[in-house]
Parts: sequence; structure tokens; C-alpha cells
Amino acid sequence: MGYIIEGRTGPWEIVCGLEVHAQVISKSKLFSGAATSFGAAPNTQVSFVDAAFPGMLPVPNRECIAQAIRTGLGLKAQINLWSRFDRKNYFYADLPAGYQISQYQHPIVGRGEITVELADGTRRNIGITRLHLEQDAGKSLHDQHPTKSYIDLNRAGVALMEIVSEPDIRSPEEAGAYLTKLRQILRYLGTCDGNMEEGSLRADVNISVRRPGEGYRTRCEVKNVNSIRFVMQAVEAEARRQVEVWESGGEVVQETRLFDPARGVTRPMRTKEHAHDYRYFPDPDLLPLELDPEWVEELRRTLPELPDAKAERFQRDYQLSAYDARVLVAERATADYFEAVARGRDAKLAANWVMGELFAALNRTGRTIETSPVSADALGRLLDLIADETISGRIAKQVFEEMVETGADPAAIVDAKGLRQVKDTGAIEAAVAQVLAANAEKVAEYKAGKDKLFGFFVGQVMKAMGGKGNPALVNEVLKRALG
Amino acid sequence: MSLDPETVRRIADLARIAVTEDEVARLQGELNGILAWIEQLNEVATEGVEPQTGAVRMPLRLRDDVVTEGDQHDAILANAPDRADNALGSFFAVPKVVE
Amino acid sequence: MSKPTDLTIAEARDLLSRRALSARELTEAHLSAAERLSSLNAFITLTAERALRDAARSDERLARGEARPLEGIPLGIKDLFCTEGIRTTAASRILDGFTPPYESTVTRKLWEAGAVCLGKTNLDEFAMGSSNTTSAFGHVVNPWRRRGDNRDLVPGGSSGGSAAAVAARLCLGATATDTGGSIRQPAAFTGTVGIKPTYGRCSRWGIIAFASSLDQAGPIARTVRDAAILLRAMSGFDPKDSTSADVPVPDFEAAVGRGVQGLKIGVPKEYRLSGMSAAIISLWERGAAWLREAGAEIREISLPHTKYALPCYYIIAPAEASSNLARYDGVRFGLRVDPGGDLDDLYAATRAAGFGAEVRRRILIGTYVLSAGYYDAYYLKAQKVRALIARDFDRAWAEVDAILTPATPTSAFAIGEKQDDPVTMYLNDVFTVTANLAGLPGISVPAGLDEGGLPLGLQVIGRPFDEETVFAVAGAIERAAGFDALPAVRA
Repeated sequence: MGYIIEGRTGPWEIVCGLEVHAQVISKSKLFSGAATSFGAAPNTQVSFVDAAFPGMLPVPNRECIAQAIRTGLGLKAQINLWSRFDRKNYFYADLPAGYQISQYQHPIVGRGEITVELADGTRRNIGITRLHLEQDAGKSLHDQHPTKSYIDLNRAGVALMEIVSEPDIRSPEEAGAYLTKLRQILRYLGTCDGNMEEGSLRADVNISVRRPGEGYRTRCEVKNVNSIRFVMQAVEAEARRQVEVWESGGEVVQETRLFDPARGVTRPMRTKEHAHDYRYFPDPDLLPLELDPEWVEELRRTLPELPDAKAERFQRDYQLSAYDARVLVAERATADYFEAVARGRDAKLAANWVMGELFAALNRTGRTIETSPVSADALGRLLDLIADETISGRIAKQVFEEMVETGADPAAIVDAKGLRQVKDTGAIEAAVAQVLAANAEKVAEYKAGKDKLFGFFVGQVMKAMGGKGNPALVNEVLKRALG
Repeated sequence: MSLDPETVRRIADLARIAVTEDEVARLQGELNGILAWIEQLNEVATEGVEPQTGAVRMPLRLRDDVVTEGDQHDAILANAPDRADNALGSFFAVPKVVE
Repeated sequence: MSKPTDLTIAEARDLLSRRALSARELTEAHLSAAERLSSLNAFITLTAERALRDAARSDERLARGEARPLEGIPLGIKDLFCTEGIRTTAASRILDGFTPPYESTVTRKLWEAGAVCLGKTNLDEFAMGSSNTTSAFGHVVNPWRRRGDNRDLVPGGSSGGSAAAVAARLCLGATATDTGGSIRQPAAFTGTVGIKPTYGRCSRWGIIAFASSLDQAGPIARTVRDAAILLRAMSGFDPKDSTSADVPVPDFEAAVGRGVQGLKIGVPKEYRLSGMSAAIISLWERGAAWLREAGAEIREISLPHTKYALPCYYIIAPAEASSNLARYDGVRFGLRVDPGGDLDDLYAATRAAGFGAEVRRRILIGTYVLSAGYYDAYYLKAQKVRALIARDFDRAWAEVDAILTPATPTSAFAIGEKQDDPVTMYLNDVFTVTANLAGLPGISVPAGLDEGGLPLGLQVIGRPFDEETVFAVAGAIERAAGFDALPAVRA
């Protein structure tokens, strides 16, 4: 049995589906040649098409179409070779034309699915209903003037992919896992940067509850949730609210709600007095979008390896554990970094260094894998110094810290600081003799059978040698000396 | 199908065109006249006919992903009935929208 | 030499290139004619300074022997084409004060071909009308008068200003647009030639949209040859219009004199309406006889869904218009009426004040036919009927090369007539609207006079992108008809 809310009157199950709006990565907008970059001065990235001036016409951007196809392929979805752009008509301050160009009846991508993995290791498939392309709206600023709203159309016309899931999600954790996985796939594909803070990825969450085994009950939509954590909290909060409504003899009414993260509750959106009737119809400025199957095949061929496939390959080719593989493929940049380090080296060692020292250093310095102070190449060369016994693993950690701070080459650090491992038996023998002489009592105890003191001697010898003694040789000489 | 005054008011609201009660009555007559005339289309058998959305039968052409326009906010705002400028930049201004 | 205002474009082109006439003289003659006959109300805006500047530049080029195809030819521009730096109104209050920061593709092509911009011509508001009485800038007067009747007549619409200006010799030619007949019907009412080319032939970019799937630009001129000259300059692929066709533009002028020997011309029996005037029926028969004599074979054909074209059009056009005109909301350009409430109140007040009665009526009809619960019954049904109308023509093209019909069911009527109910007015487009629904080229050629001495036009419809045959047939009609009647009012 899955996730259950125990109500006063019995158990309840959550039914949830997500509608995700993902901003397409492209240089220019879906139907105009204005730029899409984030953070430009207001109304500086606006064409006359975006501002819906008289006589302006939309011309679709090939790259935006390609990105939608790539995403569809990444979601193992059906690519519709015939699709169409429709107009969704409504008046709104930041919707200049009075309609949004969207795909209503005939989306470019049909059914697909995403496999999510939960904390307990179980896997679930969440169905994708459809993906369609549409225009983003502009932005209204309400805090600039006491009685006016200010309109910035920079975002108006930027391409969005609306990705709709089936109502297959049954718990807050699954909702989070779905969104995490979707975001990961989009980032791998390079079709959306997944930046939820900047609004490149937004989720509308549809939630209802039911008795296990029952049909669907009325759902509510929680709009514009802008972090994965909030999505999980919103599912939980809204489901519990609905349980409370049903259990106290009420009816859940279908409505649009907002999540208030500060209070951890959902509340109804201010309802507009105007009736909603979007009057969808085919956009007469655009013809049907017919895709060349060869183009779709070419996009399929050039699709990057996706996280699931990559994780499997990492387990197979590098003998990594399922857990390590999953951690390393979470971000494409991390996976690429790891592979650059692991190639031709001890992969397990490489994985440990990336997930251990490197992640810690990134965390500490507030950097990302893309801006890492230590390049994959440099880390690889550091591991080479361990492999050829120039330094020990312990010294390597010291060298790594130096690399993080100065960005210097590992071999140069080793040379400059004289960290090269001592393999000269004479020097080791001298250090061993000195340590044994200084610890006569312990030598006696050891010889009387206290075997575990051996580690103590190794430590003392290494200390005496400034950590640079070759561990194998130190062991060997000690064994001999202790007879 | 015949429009009642309530429907006339509803579609005028959808279209964001203010109508007076006198106009509702007049429009009701005119629109019903037009609709009654239009409804002769019901005589045409259209089972199995694919709807035709446009006048040309060709596939949609796509353009390259190139930035060709921008940095023209003065031209964009030149015709605005209410333009607002502040430290952030230039905007279209409208009566405050409550969300 | 005839008066500069009486010249055809072809004649003026010849005189200009021989330097027997200067572009300045030609332009001044037309500007003064337009000022003198301002009572016709054919122009909303005269751009005299601009015209003289254009003319001066043309004279320089002519002097250097670098004349372009329309060098120094003064044109009127329907005020639906956005012209950079020149107020553009669509004959609507809602665009109050709007000056486009861009130039429509079609007018840009004309200026690049050397044409002179005389000004912006009047039209029905947003091109919605068949009489040019819905303009916020007042109605246009037809330069023709019915014999023994002093009432002002309508010039037809929506390109009534363009047609009246060309007929009264206020310009040598004009641009126009045609959504259901708005080029051909006013051309027929004013004794001028007007062609609506194949949908996709002229770019729609920068032309204020009425109904996107039907709108096409085209010229109005006084001869078939002049119309061909203008259309060639206006046509061509435009990557900024997704519905623009990437096909070569032929030398239409060369087709005008080609003749009709061996062509099969269809006469659709469904265009014979009950109650049609005897003058129109006999003109139509005469037209067929002329073509037969010129070597064409006349065949009766059937276009069975003709009757349904108008109601079909009056679903599709208002539906598209209701959406196209949503952008006129008082926020980014044009009129704003702020009653002091919220933004929705501003929208509703602006649009109520800015749009005239006919535009409001069509927006409401369009909103209704697209609304939930009615879409299938109206809009989807209309699209299916549209497909059947297009199929009728596809079948006809298997039998004939062009189709001959009357251009309008009547001649010009008096201002104020036919205004009791909207549908009566809509019937003006009964012969022209089919070509818009099917995207076909159609031309109206003046071919005779009715009992009252008013011009009547014949329409020739052709295959998609076969304007050449349309021009060839129209040229043959023009030669046979020898139409030389002149409007009562002219420069």
C-alpha cells in the first residue's frame, strides 16, 4: 500500500497530476526575433510582434520546435508529425494580443512517461499526457505606483513547453521525485535550464483525494508553485485540506488555489467576475505544423544520453553502485566531470573523490561543477600521482586543498612542498628504528601478543616521515623490524 | 439558436465592449437576424468533411533562431497612451491590476 | 498630350521615361485634384510634402536614367497599410493618434519600385463593409451619378476611398485589400479594375488584419494593364508572413495581351440568382460572347455550394476578426478611454467608444460563434463548408481555365440605402466571397453600364497562382467591351 492520509473516518489516497511550464532554451522568441535572455531592462527585448502591433505576424522559430521534439523524445513520447497552433482568447494586462498562441487540440507531443525512483528504492512510472508549445505572457509590476500597474513585455512571446502529466502521482514524495526527474531530463537535453527561481520552470499542481479503490473526486489546481519543496508541501497541505472538507461533511469545489509557503497552506485565488471562455480556434496567421520524419529521426540520433541510461552505463562500465551512479548522473555536468576523471583510471577512486572531496569543496566555496576551482583534468592528474605512488591518498587530500585554493597544478604543488613519497628503504628503516627505540614498552607489549599495536607503529613512522612514507614499504620494514 | 439579452451581455463582456441596455435590445435583434441567416449552413451535409482552416494548402515555414530585434523600447512605447519611466526603465502603465 | 490625371500608369511611365513629363508635374496635378475634389472624401490623409519629396527623388533618378518600374507614379494607399511615420487609422477611432514605426511589406515594395505616396485612402472601418459608410472619417462619395438622380452614391467597400480616388483621377492607382470582395466590389461600382490575387501572393505583413485567412492585398487601377503593373510590384515572397507563398512573380503585364484563344471559360450556373437585374444578366452573357468570339470555349459549370459561401464567410470572418481586434485595448497604442475603474472597465469603455457599430456587431458575432458550446455548430461547420466550396473549384479546374461571373449583384446604390438590416448589405459580396474562401485570384473589369448609366463589372476567377490567365481573360474583356464611360466627378 502506498502513501495514505489517515483521516478521522478512515484512509485517504492522494491523486495528483502536474502541469509544468518549462521555458524553452532558444536565443529568440517563439514567434519573433526578440531576445529571450533573463534580466534585461524592461521592454528592451520586445518586437512589434510581441507587443501585438497592428499588422504584425508570427513566424515560428525552428529551434523552439526542435527543442519541443527533443523533449518529447527524452520523455519517450509520441511525436505528432502534424500539429497546429491555436489561439486562446482572453484579455489580460500582460497579454498584448488579447490571445495566447498555444496548441490546444493538436499538441506537438503526445503520450510519454517518466520513471521516478523513490527513497526506498522503488520505481514508479508517471505518464505524460502531452507536451505543447505556447507563448509566455509579459510581466505586470504592481509595486511601482500606488494606483497603476506597470507592464514589461520582455517575456511576452518567449517559448514555453507545457508538459502535462497523467494523474498518476500518489504522494508528495512522488510529486517531488517527478518534478526533480523532469527537471533533470530537461537540463540533460538542454531544452530548459530548469531555473525555478527565475521562473524558467513553474508547476501547476492538480490534487484530489479519494478512498482507496474509489473513482476520482473533484480536484483543485494549485497554480504557479515555484520550487520542488513547495510542490511537495502544496500536495500535502491541499490533500489534508480536502480530507478535512470531505470528513466534515462538505464538498470540495473545483477551483484554482495558491500555495502560501510562509503559512504552509493553500488559499483560493481571487475569482474574476468575468466568465472564462477561451474561444480556442486555429490561428489563421499560421499553417499546420508538419514535421519531416527525417528531421525527427535526426534529432533522435543526436539526443544526448539521458540520466537513466547513463546511470545504467556507469554501473556497468565503471562497476559503481546504483546509489553512486544516481548521484553522479543527477547533473549532466557532474556526470561529464566524473567521466573525464574516471577515463583510464580507477573509476571507483574517481567516484569517491568526486562525491567526497570535490563535492565538499564545491559546497564550502559556494561553487558549482561548472565553475569548479579544480578542473576534471587537474583532479585526474592528482589521481595519477596516487596511482603511480608519487603521493599517498592522505597527502593527495592535502594537495587537493591547495589546488582548491590556488588552482595550481598537483605535480607542481607536490614538488614545491616536497610531498613526494619516500620509497628509499634506508630512510624508512631509520625512521622505524627511531620509533621503535622511543617506544620500547609498546614494542614489548606487541611482542607479547598485542597485535593491534601494529597500526600505532605505522602511524608513528608516518608521522615521523611527515606523512610521505610509502605505506607499503613502511609496513614491510616495520614487520621485518618487529620480527 | 437564438440569443437572449443575458447572452448578449455575456458575449459583450467576453469581448470587452461596454453595452448599454438600449444597445442590448438592439443588438439582440441584429445578431439574431444574422444568426438566423447564417444557420442555412445547416442544410449542407458535411459528414466526413475535413475542416479547412486557411486559404492555402502548404506546410508551415520555420525561421532560424536568430535575434533580429530589440533595444527599441522607445519605438515600442512611442504610441502608448500612458507610458511610465522610473529607475528600472520604461513601461506601459494601466490602472492597478489586483491579483 | 492628355491631362496628367487622365493618363494610365503605362502611359505615364512612358512619358516620364521619355522625360516628356516630370514626376513633379504628375504629382502636383494629382495633389491639386485631390484637394479640389476633397468633397469625395476619398483620402483620410494627404501626404503632400512626402509626395513632392518622392517625386523630386524620382525626377533625379529619371534624369540619371535609373528609373525603377513605378518611378514617379503617384499612388493612393488604403489606410489599412501601416506606413512608417504616417498616421494609419483603419478608418477607426480606436487607432486615434497611431503612427506606425514600421512600413508594410507591400508599400515598402512600392516605394522601392519608385512610386510616389500621395496619401492614405478612406475605407470602411477595419475594412468591414461594402459601402464605405462605416468609416469613422465619414463616408466616401462615388464619383459616378445615376442618370437623372442627384443623390450621392456609395463607392462600394471596403476599399471605397481607393476606388473613388482612382475613378475620379485623384491618383493613377491605389492599393486595396479584399477579404470578401473589398477590392472587386468597389472597382465594379466605380468603373475601375481591381484584382485580388491568390492568397499568399502579397505579404500581409504590416496590413492591419481583418480576417487573416481571407485578407489579401491587391491594386485598383483604371486599366487591366495598370493593375498588372501594380500587382507585379506588390507581389512576392515575404519571410515575415508565414502564409506568404514562396513562388516566382511572373510578368503579369505580359499576360494582359496574351488573348484567350483555346482557353476554356466556365460560367457557373449557381451565380444566376433569382431577381438579378436584366442589365447584369445581359452583361454577363455579352461577356461570354466576347470571349467566345476571341477564341475561348465557354462551358457551363457547377459550383454547387456557392449559395453557402456568404453565410460561411459571415462566420469565419467575424470569428477571426473578434480575435484579431482584441489587441485594440487602449494599452499600447491608439485610443484610451479610462472611466476610472479597473483595467477591464478601461478595456470595455475604450472598445465601446473606439469601434463603430458594424465593427462591434462583427466582434460580437465572432465572439459568439467561437464560444463554448457553439464552436462546432458555427465555426467548425463553416470550415467544413469552406472545404466544400474549395472542392467545388478544384473540380471546376479539371474542366476550365478560368471562370466568368458578374462582379456584383447590383450597381452602386445611394448612401443610406440597404442599411435597414446588416444582412442586406452583406449580400453585396455574394459573387466575390467565394474566391476569398478558396484563396483564388479574382479580378473585376468594367464591362458596361446599367440602365441608370452606372458601371457594372465582370469578374474573372482563376486557378491558384494563375493570375496570368486571369489578366489574359480580363484583357480580352476590356478590349471587347471598349468601356470608355467617365464618372460625373473627375479631375
